Amino acid sequence: MYLPLLVSAVLAVVAPWAGRRMPPHAGAWAMTCAAVVAAGTWVAELAMLAFTAVGQLPLVAAQGPWSARVLAAEDPVDREFAAGCAGAVLVVVVSVTVASWRRGRALVGAWRECRELAAGGDLAVVDDPVPAAFAVLGLPGRVVVSSGMLRVLDAGERRALLAHERAHLRHRHHLFSLILHLAAVVDPLLRPLERAGAFAVERWADEEAGAVVADRPLVARAIARAALVSSRAGKAALAATGGPVPQRVRALLAPPIPRRDAAAAAFGALMVACCVSLAITAHDTERLFEAAIHARAVATAQGGAR
Amino acid sequence: MAERNDRGTRRRARGELEGEVLAALWAAGGPVAAAAVQESVPGTAYTTVLTILTRLCEKGLVTRRREGRGHVYAPVDDRAGVVAAGMHSLLDDGGDRGAVLARFVSELSAEDEHLLERLLQDEQRHRPSGPA
Repeated sequence: MYLPLLVSAVLAVVAPWAGRRMPPHAGAWAMTCAAVVAAGTWVAELAMLAFTAVGQLPLVAAQGPWSARVLAAEDPVDREFAAGCAGAVLVVVVSVTVASWRRGRALVGAWRECRELAAGGDLAVVDDPVPAAFAVLGLPGRVVVSSGMLRVLDAGERRALLAHERAHLRHRHHLFSLILHLAAVVDPLLRPLERAGAFAVERWADEEAGAVVADRPLVARAIARAALVSSRAGKAALAATGGPVPQRVRALLAPPIPRRDAAAAAFGALMVACCVSLAITAHDTERLFEAAIHARAVATAQGGAR
Repeated sequence: MAERNDRGTRRRARGELEGEVLAALWAAGGPVAAAAVQESVPGTAYTTVLTILTRLCEKGLVTRRREGRGHVYAPVDDRAGVVAAGMHSLLDDGGDRGAVLARFVSELSAEDEHLLERLLQDEQRHRPSGPA
């Protein structure tokens, strides 16, 4: 009965490790799919375990065509544990609602603020000495860059920066990060996967920029220069997310990661294992309820005959 | 069908070029001639740059002024204060609002700074033709 929890935990642990060993584009896809499968398995399994206990509540049992007594006798799941699962499902539902509301509001807010900017093509420039550059989702999306950032980069580096942000918009990277975030809200075990996925998305945009300007070291220089001037400008510290920038630069200066079929196969196998174990548990739970339904039907038939 | 696809891609490329020309003007830091803009947007024809500059002028993003025998162009920012403040409010929010921006670079720790400087130096040294 508990196998899906175990398999989804294994997937949560293995996915960031395997994803980092893949080219960023494939890694981002694999990790996002893994996050969906692992979180889905997690919550479906919790719900099933919880329902074995919920089905025993007199109020619920009265509604269903099954015998609560037989269910209680046959149920291999500890009742307290199942009650805990029910609590967990409730917490998941509430926190996912809150998290999606927050992210959605933030996306709409950012889009509104950037809609005000006058843009040439897909680029809006803000006259501000503080170096900053980001992409905002929208229809169409916008790249926002401060004049301070444009002035510290040379012509090639500017192209690299624009290509990086455009890659985010073109490939809908905001959706990847939204899905990864919600999966990590569902299952806290997936938090390392959220971080690894976010990093893969950045690296994906870096590699695409490298392909556009046909010079990966140029992108590395652009990132390093931009990060150094931003940091020297003494911007108010945001959430401390230090670390990924030097890794990105180093990755661009190293040869590209070759395609790894083994990592992709590991992802596929674990995701299938997740689904299969979930199906087995679903089948077991169904059998459990079938037995209880049968018992109830027999009891009613006997009662009716008497 | 094919024609529409062709036009679709061409239009997107034009939008991107427009962004690049605008970026080059801002980077120049003062009024510059079209030829200077063309230099900093590699691989673009002079006439294309002129067309884009004209369009940017029409949109009110760029001003044109006669200087000597030609024109010089400068970027316009009419609502500087408001817009910059909005951008800061976007960036300074460390919560979800910060998370939805696909930022080019994240914050650096002191250690990261040293590491980056070293990486840049190493890269410069290893470049075959030296710093270009």
